[in-house]
This record gives sequence, structure tokens and C-alpha cells, in this order.
Amino acid sequence: MSATTHSPFLAGLYLIVRRSLRRHALSTTVTAASVALASGLVMAVFSIADQTRTAFTGGKIGYDAILGARGSPLQLVLNTVYHLETSPGNIPWKLYQTIREDPRVDLAVPYAVGDNYRGFRIVGTTEDIFGRLEYQPGKRFEFQGKGRPFDAKRREAVIGSFVAQRTGLRLNSTFNPYHGLTFDETMRHPEEYVVVGILKPTNTPSDRVIWIPIEGIFRMEGHVLRGSGEEFQAEAGKEIPDDHKEVSAVMLKFKNPQAGFALDQTINKQGKVATLAFPIGSIMASLFDKMGWVNRVLILVAYLVVLVAAGSILASIYNTMNERRREFAILRALGARRRTVFSAIVLEASTISALGVLAGYLVYAGILAGAALVVRAQTGVVLDVFSGHQVLYLAPIVMIVVGALAGVVPAFKAYSTDVAANLTPHS
Amino acid sequence: MLRWTKTTSHKPRVRVSPLTSAESVLKIRSYMPILEIHNLVKTYTAPDGERTTILDIPNFTLEPGEQIALEGSSGSGKTTLLNLIAGILTPDRGQIRVAGKDIALLPESVRDRWRAEHIGYVFQTFNLLHGYSALENVELGMMFGPGVDKEFAAHLLERVGLRERMRYRPSQLSVGQQQRVALARALANHPNLVLADEPTGNLDRRHTDEAIALIRQICGENGAALLLVSHDYHVLGKFDQVRKLDEINLAAQAFAEAAAP
Repeated sequence: MSATTHSPFLAGLYLIVRRSLRRHALSTTVTAASVALASGLVMAVFSIADQTRTAFTGGKIGYDAILGARGSPLQLVLNTVYHLETSPGNIPWKLYQTIREDPRVDLAVPYAVGDNYRGFRIVGTTEDIFGRLEYQPGKRFEFQGKGRPFDAKRREAVIGSFVAQRTGLRLNSTFNPYHGLTFDETMRHPEEYVVVGILKPTNTPSDRVIWIPIEGIFRMEGHVLRGSGEEFQAEAGKEIPDDHKEVSAVMLKFKNPQAGFALDQTINKQGKVATLAFPIGSIMASLFDKMGWVNRVLILVAYLVVLVAAGSILASIYNTMNERRREFAILRALGARRRTVFSAIVLEASTISALGVLAGYLVYAGILAGAALVVRAQTGVVLDVFSGHQVLYLAPIVMIVVGALAGVVPAFKAYSTDVAANLTPHS
Repeated sequence: MLRWTKTTSHKPRVRVSPLTSAESVLKIRSYMPILEIHNLVKTYTAPDGERTTILDIPNFTLEPGEQIALEGSSGSGKTTLLNLIAGILTPDRGQIRVAGKDIALLPESVRDRWRAEHIGYVFQTFNLLHGYSALENVELGMMFGPGVDKEFAAHLLERVGLRERMRYRPSQLSVGQQQRVALARALANHPNLVLADEPTGNLDRRHTDEAIALIRQICGENGAALLLVSHDYHVLGKFDQVRKLDEINLAAQAFAEAAAP
């Protein structure tokens, strides 16, 4: 068996780089840390931007449009799909009934807001929300354990998984709603609701919602209905005339896409009573386009951090060049070619970059996990650390190439070392 | 006997000779000198811009296996001459043939490889790499030549008495031990020619005697010619053949004449 190494060039490079990294362990660690921060930040910025845009532009929403009060379609979408913002107003129950009976509409689910429990929004709706509505294409709400939909005639509630996790509400737990969309202990309604179902996680904003029968919203103490234009308060045991009822919005599923455009023409362009938010995705996309400069600034900052990291690689290696000139001269005297020492420095810079990139994945995971917690708590949108975004492999490649380029300047200095002049020690 | 006769299954890393070193020397001698210098001129430009000739050597040869000590005072161009022979510097004019090749005509990258494979160099300050162990210092010399032979590298260090200190770094070795590592490294690629530049300049008298004996013995065992430069008469006295650099260097003679009253 031979002890001869078959690739002396590579073996030489490997030994030179390994020894140098070890000898300059502190600067190697600090530089790799700056690369880790840079690559982690770049990966996180791109991944979060992409995931939030995908989540908010409605590409995965299972219904087509939202009907609501005359006003901003964006506010309607934020209110109904993402359960953010306040409702732009209410529309009469009759309008809901009309749109429900429209032959172009496959499904119409009412949505009424106005109360919360410990900050989580309480939404009044019908059983269709569980039985027929798809929150994402092909996906309907499912219950955990022995949960079931609420009975429209009872004070029953179905809660999202995040609500259960945060409030501690379980099956058969009871709670009292609080008036308004923000939690105020003084605004407690006397009605007591019992939890009859907890939904399985959907990783959508719906995980942060408490669903109750819409009749419950109408009859909640202190609620005033203005569907007819006059104020009306429900009385226990008495039917509420449809004229007085009102809803915040209606989630609509059309039988075909043409129906949406036709209704858009009728409601938005010719009508004056309501607003049809359609298509949902394009409304959110326009918001993101308007807010795009924020994203661009973040990306610019990330690029600047990459440049700083590249600069730190260059500086850390360049600073060792003077002390290493003799080493290069000795290596050259031993037969190392110019390209060998040049390659060694470029490889060293690339290795520091590669080490940094590996640690960068930890930084990325840390940033994304933190961001995911905040985004989920605030919006219900779940960011996935393991989203498989292309930046997760492109950024490391770019960082290693940038690292290698940062090594070119000191490598050229090593390349041009005057062998004879540097073979004798300088005191 | 140091001659290493190990063979490998793919390509012999070490030149295997059925001859003894003495026979080998005789055989090479019958072909050509290991070092031939003809009309070598090297100048340098002083800080004031004046161009000065430091070496002007019409002829100088070294036969295979021959061991010559070259006497020269400080600043006489000894190190410049060795750097020219090693191909680290290039001459302004003239030829330097090592084992038949005019190294000044070789492209730089080829010259680097040629140096690694044919010339061993022992520097005055040893020039060991301080971040590397003794063994790695020897192996590095091999990496830029035909390839690393770990067993032979270890064998060389064992031969110079550093069996127990192969993993030591230069800073953990005495000056004498560092000098031996430098010698082992110089011989790692089975060179035809070993150049030694004041190799005992940093040693005391006892270690100088040992080092010179070791260098001569190991070069002899390996069939390598030895050209040693020194200004130390004690060292020069250990050699049968001693040449004065000033006698073969016309530039030194011209300088002496110009400086004469």
C-alpha cells in the first residue's frame, strides 16, 4: 500500500489553508460570524418577504370575493380574510339574501364582527363556514377530537387552534364575549358561550378566530341593528325581522370566474350600496406593490451587509499578508507556483465564507423562528422555516463566490511576493 | 544507507536505482555535470539608480555527487548565486544548466516545479514554516514536487535523529534540530543538487561540526551534489574542495581593482 498522495497540488492547498485558518482562529471566527449574519439576514429577508406575500396575496384562499359595505376593498379583505382592521361598515341582511340567491353564486357565507374574547375576534356566521366553505382550495375546517359545529340556535362557539392554545379554552369551556375588537375588561357581555369545537390548525389567520352563530351577534346585549336604517335591539324570545339584520361582510364562492367580473361591474361600477372585493389576490398584491419600497429597502440593507461581510473577509486576510510574506516566499522557494499561493488565499477566503454560510443557516433559522412567532401572533399567518425558498441555496452560493472574490486582492499580493527579497527574516 | 528503494503499485515515487550511490555518481558523471554556469551576469539597481554588476562568472561546474564549499565574504553575492542556481532569481545574461537544463530559459511555473524536483535548498535561517510540524515541513517540500511520500518523509526525519520529534513545531525544537529538519526537507524530493547557504551560521562549534558531517554524509548517501557557501573557515576546512567566490566572479575582481589605492 502506497503512502503517496495522488493530488499533491490539492493536498498542499488543503494543508496551507487549514494551517492558516487555525493560526488565525480568532479573525477566522469573527469574519465567519459576520458572513453568517450577512447570509442569515439575506436568506431571512427574502424568505419572509416571499412567504408573507404569498400568504397575503390570497393565492391559497378557497373563495373568490367578499361583499361588504361601500368603501375600501382592501379594508374588506383585511377584515374578512385576515381578521385584521375594523369592518368598513355593515350591509343589510337583505343584500346577503339577494346575493345568496343569485344564480351565479355557488356559496355565500355571512361574516359579522364586533366582539372579542381576550383580543381574539369573535365572528358571527352560519354552519356553512364548516360544512361548505373551503378556507383554501380543497380544504375545509376540521375538528379536533370530539368537537362539532355550533348549533345556530344555541350559545355555542367553535374556536381556532391558536385561540385554544393561547386562551386555554377547551371543549365545554365557557366564556363571555367582550364588546369591541380590542380587549377591554369593562366591556364584558353577560351572555355565556360554551366551546363545542376546536378546529385543527390550518396555519391561516382563521386559527385566531372564535366562530359563533350569527344570531348570537344579533342578540348580544347592547348590540344595535341598523339594517333598516332605524336602530333596533333584539329582544329575548322574539324573532328578529330580516329588515333589521345586518352583516359586516359576505364571503362568496362563484360558479365560474365570469360571474365575478359581472358582479364587479354591477356592484362596484354601477351600484352605490356595497363593495365587491374581487379578485382577492390582486387587491392584496396591490397593497404589497404599494409597500414594495419597504421590502426593497430591507433587501438593500441585506446586500450592504453582504458587502460589509465581503470587506471583512478581505480585511482579515489582507491584514495577515505582511506576516505571511515570508511564508509565501518559503513556499515558492520549495517549488510552489504562483497560482498555488494565489489559489490558497482564494480558497481560504472561500472557506471562511463557507464556514460563515453554514452558521448562517442557524442565523436564518433564528430570525425566521422569531419572525414566525410575531407574524403568527399578529396575523395568524404561519411562516415556515423550512420553506425551501430558492434563496436558501442561492444565497450561500453567492456568499461563497463573494468571499472568493474578496480573497482575490490579498491573493494577488501573495501571488506577487518577491521570493528572494522575503526569504530572509525581517526584524 | 539512506537510499530509499520502496516502490509503489502505480508509479514509482522514488527513483529506484540498482546502483550503489558511488556507482550512481560515477554513471551520472560520465554523462554531464550536474551544474554548469557559463558567462553568468547578474546586476542590481542601487537606490540611487546606479546599476551595479554583482556577479560575472565566466565558468563554473559541479559534477554529480561532488561536494564543493564556496568561500565568500558578506555581500559578495553568495546568496544571489545560490538563488540564481535555484531559479529563484533570473540572470541578466548567461546560462545556468542544472542536470542539463538551462533553468533561466524555463517558464516560471516550469522552473518552480524543476526546482522542487531537482534542487534541495538549506537556508541560513532554515526557513521552516512555523505553523507546521517537522513532518509537515518535509511533506510540504514534496507536495510541490512529484508528490508526498509520508513514509519517506518520516524516514528522512528518523535519519537525521528526529524520530521522536516529528510532530513538533519548529518553535518547539532547538536550533540544531531545526537545522536537521531543513536538511531533511532539502532531500525530500531526491534532488540532484543540494544548495546550502551558510547552513551553520546559527550553530555553535560542536553543532556546526555535527551538521556539516551530517549534510555531507546524507548528500553522499543520496548521490546528490553539494554546493555549500560560507565565510566560516572552520566550516570550509571540513571540505576537500574549497573555491573562492571572488576568484570565479569577475565582478568581485573588478571591484577589488577599483577599490585598490
